[in-house]
Amino acid sequence: MRVEAFLRHRAGLTPSATAVVAAQERLSYADLDRLSERLAGTLCVHGVGPGDRVALFMENIAEMAVAIFAGLKSGATVVPVNPGIKADGLTHVLTDCAPKALFYETKHTGLCEEAMETSKHAPLCIVARTGKTASGRTLAFEDCLDPDTPLPPLQNDDRGLAFLIYTSGSSGKPKGVMMGHRNVEAAAAMIADYLENDDRDVVLSTLPLSFTYGLYQLLVAVRTGGTLILEKNFAFPHRVLEKAHAEGVTGFPLVPTMAAMLADLSEFPAGRLPALRYITNAAAALPPVHIKTLRALFPQARLFSMYGLTECARATFLAPEDLDRRPGSVGKALPGTEAVVLEEDGTEAALDATGELVIRGPHVMQGYWNDTEATAHVLRDAPDGRGKRLHTGDLFKRDAAGFLYFVGRKDEVVKIRGEKVSPRQVDAVLATCPGVREALAFTTPDPIAGHRLAALVVRADPDLTERTIARHCKHRLPDAMMPKSFIFRAELPKTPNGKTSRRLAAMEAMRASCTT
Amino acid sequence: MPESIKADIRAFVVENFLFGDEGDAPEDDASLIENDIVDSTGILEMVSFLEEHFAISVADPEIVPENFDTVARLSAFVAGKRKTVEAAPTGA
Repeated sequence: MRVEAFLRHRAGLTPSATAVVAAQERLSYADLDRLSERLAGTLCVHGVGPGDRVALFMENIAEMAVAIFAGLKSGATVVPVNPGIKADGLTHVLTDCAPKALFYETKHTGLCEEAMETSKHAPLCIVARTGKTASGRTLAFEDCLDPDTPLPPLQNDDRGLAFLIYTSGSSGKPKGVMMGHRNVEAAAAMIADYLENDDRDVVLSTLPLSFTYGLYQLLVAVRTGGTLILEKNFAFPHRVLEKAHAEGVTGFPLVPTMAAMLADLSEFPAGRLPALRYITNAAAALPPVHIKTLRALFPQARLFSMYGLTECARATFLAPEDLDRRPGSVGKALPGTEAVVLEEDGTEAALDATGELVIRGPHVMQGYWNDTEATAHVLRDAPDGRGKRLHTGDLFKRDAAGFLYFVGRKDEVVKIRGEKVSPRQVDAVLATCPGVREALAFTTPDPIAGHRLAALVVRADPDLTERTIARHCKHRLPDAMMPKSFIFRAELPKTPNGKTSRRLAAMEAMRASCTT
Repeated sequence: MPESIKADIRAFVVENFLFGDEGDAPEDDASLIENDIVDSTGILEMVSFLEEHFAISVADPEIVPENFDTVARLSAFVAGKRKTVEAAPTGA
């Protein structure tokens, strides 16, 4: 089944039910279907169709939900782009996948123009929240919803790509994960199944629609006829909880940073979400203290501990009833899929021994866009000849009952506020700062963000200030990748073999913070 | 409202979130969140700053956009808080 068929189906069944709420806007299933149909028609008029990409660089606003379905209805592959990236990041996306259309918000006009100029790629631009009307290759979002637009031709082939989602690796630029319509269908069906979602669910999500975890809140809600309340962020937890209460929220997806922020609240809005049926956690493990807090705050809600990665959306979940016995586990493979822990030589790791988590199932991606080498590295033939398996790069162990535990990464990637951060990519940006001879980003544990990023810097220019480096980084790195401090050194810490060492940098920093 | 409160808040925003880059400094009534100046954890830093610098205490329900989303609103919030503190009877 194609992904946009979820929407057409539900719009036929329950046209007046609320599909999406974003700020003051409420879109029924009929609204979401009709608006995305017209927008898809406009895209087709401008030559967008199967084989093309449509990039969506927008926050969690109603237009983003409409554009996701419009892109799919046009037959193109939808590329949701992290709205926190800077011009460099967008340039990479434009260069790598050459989208035929780019959606963005007025406030990001400067950034987008810079990226289009650098990438020398000029797609059709559709701008949300602009007061202006069309000029040349730039259209106002509202002007693309004309009821007289010819309908887009119906797409029937579900073998093509639905989404291309960029994710950071340990080195190099982010890679585009190719998810076929069938992959997405399979993942959405499995998620809806174990969360027991139905058309009475009201899910509130502050997770960006451009991230897999956030995107599937929309896809699963639309597949099951539920309502999705979109919030742009969790900056004002009290306000978000008031909204959740007013909307009768039944599902609340979290990352550990949000749980930490909830735990810090001393006063709570009245009612404590009486309708809340479940909470999910993903992106990083939930510390036991937060599990306790969430249970105290929302005693009737079932808590699902999950593990996923962009390359297969969701891989495992722990049933709420197993949480007490195995609070550190992320559970088992989604039903109908396989998750095994393998040694370097490809044999299954012994119980409680650490190995790499390897996934097989209908939800596993088609590969990385334009990168056959990286694809071949992670998608490898299974020894039994039954298709490809995804080598996640995540280290896991398994207990005697088959429950899985996250141990760490094979590479240096960490999660900061739930977002993947590669210290090596931060090094690369630091190295481009004038006056920096060499630099090394490293992380230490942080109670709210999970990890705290800092950098050691060896100056070529003795007058270089922390401020100058910070400014350089702020214009190039998304917030999660921004070092919180810069420490000047005469040289970088090295192992006895002469290799620079992030571990030594982190150990030194932790020792220093213990003694002060 | 004393101008010094606004000046101190502006200085904190420019130093802490913009690393001294006055060129990117927001207008007094521009949204700090919408303009990507302050993010979710930045609001927590802002709360700590207000509590320490102005010797006020901020309750969770007060951490809302109406009080925190612009330099002008932050200044008004702090000024209001201080007035309450000054008006309150001092301990016997």
